[in-house]
Amino acid sequence: MAVTSAAPETLAEYLRANEHARLLRFVTCGSVDDGKSTLIGRLLYEAGFLFDDQREALESDSRKIGTQGGNLDFALLLDGLAAEREQGITIDVAYRYFQTKRRKFIVADTPGHEQYTRNMVTGASTADCAVLLLDARKGVLTQTRRHTYIASLLGVRHVAMAVNKLDLVDYSESRFRELEAECRRLAQQLGIEDITAIPVSALHGDNVVARSSNTTWYEGATLLEYLENVEIDEDRMQTAPFRLPIQWVNRPDAEFRGFSGLISSGTITPGERVIALPSRRESTVARIVTYDGDLDRAVSGQSVTLTLTDEIDISRGEVLATPREPPGVGEQFEATIVWMAEEPMLRGRNYLMRVGTSLVGATIAPLKYKLDVHTLKRIAAEKLELNEIGVCEIELDRSIPFDPYRENRDMGGFILIDRITSNTVGAGMLNFELRRSDNVHWQTIDIDKAAHARLKGHRPCVLWMTGLSGAGKSTIANLLERKLHTLGCHTYLLDGDNIRHGLNKDLGFTDADRVENIRRIAEVSKLMVDAGLIVITSFISPFRSERRMARALLEEGEFIEVFVDTPLRVAEARDPKSLYAKARRGEIRNFTGIDSPYEPPEAAEVHIDTTEISAEQAAETLVDELRRRGVLQPD
Amino acid sequence: MTPSSLPRTSDRAVGEGPGGAGRIEPKRLTHLQRLEAESIHIMREVVAQAEKPVMLYSIGKDSSVMLRLALKAFSPGMPPFPFLHVDTTWKFRDMYAFRDATAREHGLELFVHINEEGVKQGINPFTHGSAVHTDVMKTQSLKQALDKYGFDAAFGGARRDEERSRAKERVFSFRSAQHRWDPKNQRPELWRLYNARKQKGESMRIFPLSNWTELDVWQYIYLEQIPIVPLYFAKERPVVERDGTLIMVDDDRMPLEPGEQPMMKKVRFRTLGCYPLTGAIESDADTLESIVNEMLLARTSERQGRVIDHDQSASMEKKKQEGYF
Ligand SMILES: Nc1nc2c(ncn2[C@@H]2O[C@H](COP(=O)(O)OP(=O)(O)O)[C@@H](O)[C@H]2O)c(=O)[nH]1
Repeated sequence: MAVTSAAPETLAEYLRANEHARLLRFVTCGSVDDGKSTLIGRLLYEAGFLFDDQREALESDSRKIGTQGGNLDFALLLDGLAAEREQGITIDVAYRYFQTKRRKFIVADTPGHEQYTRNMVTGASTADCAVLLLDARKGVLTQTRRHTYIASLLGVRHVAMAVNKLDLVDYSESRFRELEAECRRLAQQLGIEDITAIPVSALHGDNVVARSSNTTWYEGATLLEYLENVEIDEDRMQTAPFRLPIQWVNRPDAEFRGFSGLISSGTITPGERVIALPSRRESTVARIVTYDGDLDRAVSGQSVTLTLTDEIDISRGEVLATPREPPGVGEQFEATIVWMAEEPMLRGRNYLMRVGTSLVGATIAPLKYKLDVHTLKRIAAEKLELNEIGVCEIELDRSIPFDPYRENRDMGGFILIDRITSNTVGAGMLNFELRRSDNVHWQTIDIDKAAHARLKGHRPCVLWMTGLSGAGKSTIANLLERKLHTLGCHTYLLDGDNIRHGLNKDLGFTDADRVENIRRIAEVSKLMVDAGLIVITSFISPFRSERRMARALLEEGEFIEVFVDTPLRVAEARDPKSLYAKARRGEIRNFTGIDSPYEPPEAAEVHIDTTEISAEQAAETLVDELRRRGVLQPD
Repeated sequence: MTPSSLPRTSDRAVGEGPGGAGRIEPKRLTHLQRLEAESIHIMREVVAQAEKPVMLYSIGKDSSVMLRLALKAFSPGMPPFPFLHVDTTWKFRDMYAFRDATAREHGLELFVHINEEGVKQGINPFTHGSAVHTDVMKTQSLKQALDKYGFDAAFGGARRDEERSRAKERVFSFRSAQHRWDPKNQRPELWRLYNARKQKGESMRIFPLSNWTELDVWQYIYLEQIPIVPLYFAKERPVVERDGTLIMVDDDRMPLEPGEQPMMKKVRFRTLGCYPLTGAIESDADTLESIVNEMLLARTSERQGRVIDHDQSASMEKKKQEGYF
């Protein structure tokens, strides 16, 4: 079964078998001295994946610094850095490789101490399964709980509990069953669906590779058999919705534009509709381009380049999906974060966040709680220290396409980067979007007048007040605006004060200037209506043709002409700013009603006779009128 | 069997399911397909994130695989970065010929850097020993070249299975402005997320073959029919035996001890470096198949052929801290 012990096999046979070898990544973790190094060392040794010189080194090292008397000390195979070797502990994730005919294994070997939570998190992030070590004498310790919790947190779906040192409990079945039951309870508690306990002795090799005669009561798989058969996550991901985070746009020449990336989940074939998120541009897959020729299907785990039938402009950071099953798009999330830096994570701090192929700014909202890794209890906290795990809200500076981490690791796993040191300081998992809009998938829209209006909760329009100076336009307009505001409407009042002093301060009162004045006000009103506002204008606007021009700029029903009808003598009698008097004295030229005409509207939408009703009543009338016209929601 | 490229595995649709609906059989990727996809993903990340990447081209089999992966990653375009060979001037003649032919064939932009300072001082592996030679002509020279061109990310073909101290190496490995590697201060790498941001002056070494084993490399070369330097194939070559290692007499710069006579032996190389520092093994394997076959039965890991590793235990780690690749 092992590569190097496959003696008389022909190359062709070997390759035929090995060609289909699959890849399994697993993470191992155990408390110090549970025997993890011995176990992995033995797997490597027995799977025949040691070379002669490595074996020789192992033998000579075993004699020199080994702890096993004359016997091989497999733990020595695994140590890496010189400093660690002296301390006799491993302090970082180390990757090991071995292979059988059926599978190639990548082992993320992580130390067990509590202060190295970040290492186990790192190792578990890519693992299909976890092998956790348990000392048969000691049983399930808080360390074991923590390791199991981390495996579950990182979405590892299969956990093997290697109940080690069984030789030291006389290969007792009852002890094993007891621990097995305990592991099951733990798994249930932590939401791990598949847990398998395996009785082993790493030191003596029982049930590691070969079935042991010391445990005839055990019918299950040996550790290696388990590893050769456990589900590979990539297979499961093939049945999930299609996701291709775009890494790079391949444009070797003007003709070719391809979108490159590693398919995170699902499958894709030419001819399928795809949508890019967050831009929401849609197209159809034209080709799946690879160096070895076009593919007629690509699946999760493959690095490909897609071309599309339309020339659409999408870039790194977007995700291609199918329009039927798109990911969510959001910018506020609840996330679980593992802190990995000496300097603590602080609320309100802004970090860079890399999620999929996007890089965005992320602000940490207050922590909801952190977890006591011993008891797994939730405790209130202000900050996260190195190796602590907490749950908090984060807010991004723009929307990203995402899936909850549970559903897709690539779409929901992220790292946080310190803006100053550029170091990776934390890792996290998106749990869900806070606005709960994850089921709302917007149609492709330009943010147009309707979109603005939707947000405002009312329709936009212009209430165009016309009438003589002193007719009561501004008084009514002010009252009206106040009423609308209390109703939650988004309004804006254009009057002589804010227009004549700014936009139109270059204009005088000649007929030509009056026309230009009104034209500009009409255009500004139109923009504001586009922005979704209820615009109230308060100008004399004496000429019919100008009011018609303003009306023509707007859509049917948006222009509401309000004739504030006050006879000249009444207005002149009120004369609040003494303008009529000045005009009569000839100090003001071209004054409407005196030496310039006022053309009353022929068919104003609203006619207000100020000699009949008060300004208050007039404003009320106008609110009613807006309701009647559907600009405002009915009462 | 006649391999052409990686096997395209069972991609057939199977019969009707119980509900009568057709079901597509999952396409089961092989471990080599997964490794290939991962390496391509890494290369594309570098191109997307780094300012001025370069691929170190050392002419060996790992470089050949890395080049093929780069061609795949950016196809139908060419890899959007240049290649760099740090030349110690002591490579095998076959390697130079292969390098130039490869660059020509693919139209690669290839820079060759030699530490002229070292050449002036006459540094060579015979009088100065492997340690000094490697330091001056390889380690220092690489730093010079990266500084000279301003490359901020350099792809290298190192693998984690090569040597114990590499087991903890990151895929994106950070180097200070002095090109030093700090094993205690490497960034955690999770999922498929790589953080290539750095401070001014810092640079990265990128190892896209991190998760490949020597066997994977040979198998891939075999399945993909990737051209490699002929020195990997057994052939009658003039060698002398020194300290139990067979050294090929590749040119007349090799000083012979009194009475030492090159002898013709059928040998090949499992790894290629400077010829005076690279041990040959006696072998009859003169085809790819027979090499892979020998590999499968092999009981000696490849680094044994490299003289530099014998200097001291954990020497590689020391060298890395000093900036050796
Ligand atoms: N009796 C017995 N001792 C074991 C077994 N596995 C490991 N050990 C011993 O437990 C000690 C710690 O083992 P090691 O592999 O270094 O533990 P690690 O810290 O988990 O890597 C060593 O002395 C091992 O020889 C076992 O199955 N049975």
